[in-house]
Amino acid sequence: MSDNGVIFSTEALNLWYGKNQALKNINVNIKMQKVTAIIGPSGCGKSTFLKVLNRMVDLVPNVKYTGSVNLQGHNIFDENINLVNLRTRVGMVFQKPNPFPKSIFENVAFGPRIHGKHKKSELNELVEKSLRQAALWDEVKDRLNEPGLSLSGGQQQRLCIARTLANEPEVILMDEPTSALDPAATSRIEDLVRSLRKHYNIIIVTHNMQQAGRVSDETFFFLNGELIETDRTEVIFTNPKDNRTEEYITGRFG
Amino acid sequence: MAKLDEADFYKIQVQKQPAVGTSSRKMQDDLTQQSIKSNLGNFILEKFFLICGMLSIFVLLLILYFLLKNSWPALQEVRISEFIFGQRWMPSSPNPGFGALPLILGSIIITVGALLMAVPWSLAAAVYLGEAAPRLIREILKPVIEVLEIFPSVVLGFIALVVVGPFIARVFNLSSGLIGLTGAIVLAIMALPTIISISEDALNSVPKDYKEAAIALGATNWETARYVSIPAASSGIVAAVMLGFGRVVGETMAVLMAAGNALDMPLKEILNIPVPTLMQSMRTLTATIAIEASDVPWGSTHYHALFVIGVVLFVITFLVNLVSDIMLSRFQEVNRND
Repeated sequence: MSDNGVIFSTEALNLWYGKNQALKNINVNIKMQKVTAIIGPSGCGKSTFLKVLNRMVDLVPNVKYTGSVNLQGHNIFDENINLVNLRTRVGMVFQKPNPFPKSIFENVAFGPRIHGKHKKSELNELVEKSLRQAALWDEVKDRLNEPGLSLSGGQQQRLCIARTLANEPEVILMDEPTSALDPAATSRIEDLVRSLRKHYNIIIVTHNMQQAGRVSDETFFFLNGELIETDRTEVIFTNPKDNRTEEYITGRFG
Repeated sequence: MAKLDEADFYKIQVQKQPAVGTSSRKMQDDLTQQSIKSNLGNFILEKFFLICGMLSIFVLLLILYFLLKNSWPALQEVRISEFIFGQRWMPSSPNPGFGALPLILGSIIITVGALLMAVPWSLAAAVYLGEAAPRLIREILKPVIEVLEIFPSVVLGFIALVVVGPFIARVFNLSSGLIGLTGAIVLAIMALPTIISISEDALNSVPKDYKEAAIALGATNWETARYVSIPAASSGIVAAVMLGFGRVVGETMAVLMAAGNALDMPLKEILNIPVPTLMQSMRTLTATIAIEASDVPWGSTHYHALFVIGVVLFVITFLVNLVSDIMLSRFQEVNRND
């Protein structure tokens, strides 16, 4: 089970899009109760790696993968894995805020509803709790029936986080969650990530190295589909072992 | 160390910037210069599009005027209530009857029957094609379905006459299978391609973001379609059903060949209450015009009465369009997209 405080561990993970190999022999453990940042230049496979963890990568045509990814003792590549349960336990927040064209309430209640929670009182409670955790409740509590798309970009992204939290996941994957937001909205999301780390395992892909430095405990550096280096964030940023890591974080390429 | 590099980066940026001021003179000239050629082109194109738009509206109004003008003489001889509620359509008998109610009901019953079959069927097909089908199957099926759309209606009518009719007669143990149900089945099949292909387009244009979000929340394909894609595509789906309705209510040849064309009221008494039925021979408004127009004496009351039938058809389609437009705008207010 939760031995050694590891939530995910991958073994010999290889992934191809058609003939292009996007991930090359990834062997890594992702620790529990930590924020793990994944950094690297565009096209290095960091988003792909994230999408493997909830098998959203399956939606890409012609994708093929080998190796194993263990989530608390289960290989998520096994044939008998229930993808609905996997994606409920491993939630995801996307690059561009993507609330449904439904009300704020319905956006958050979507997950619980499809998983069989229909009691109004239960849903009300869950929606409020999720919106509070996502630091959005105070801004929207008087207009829960307004469309989610009427919110600002930053609020929409927090709504998407609340929507993910309503599923009560163990892991939250975030794929460059602030890349479409302005600096003020970005810093609110970063505060949110820090406050959520106590209760959730968070894995965040980011282009922004300062962001990785601000929010994460652990950092993985990807380059051309390979995992170059993993360490505690302050070590990666102050004393990287690999030359390529140093070159990337000092801005010499990327 | 990152800071140092950032500073270098900005230096390079600044150097690459062209010196301010050198091009400002030229830009000012550009700003005030008027090109007669492009202005004239713009003007002509704008007016051309305006004329095209106005012309299409004008032609439609002309048709409406023609319909009303030609139905007017009949309406002076026969009261409009007689047309709409009269139950005896015998326009060429010595004691003529101009009650179009059996025809109006025939059209309505066959149309509703056809849509009741076609809409669920084609929506299921559209959802399968748009949400669940592997890409290869979708790429093969979609064009095939669209080709079905151009099938000549007389061919379908013929198939109804020689295949569907006898089959229906055998199943329900009737002397003739040319009844409303047969007409409705043929019309449903004719409406399928239109409804499928347009609602599939609507489902396909739902942003991928929505679907991904739903799937990442643990929704199955079906739940994604049911709770996300179909609501988001609803206006397109309603438009598809409307086009299907237009196809069905306006179709003439196939339904003329299939439905038997009896002039009785298409009603059946159940517990002394007349209930609309598909199980008897009936005639639609469109079939009436097609059957009678060729040998009606020019300028007679009967001739003008056929134009009244045209007006009735026009009013039915207009009302249905209006109601669905209103429904749609209501719905969009609730489910605003942005």
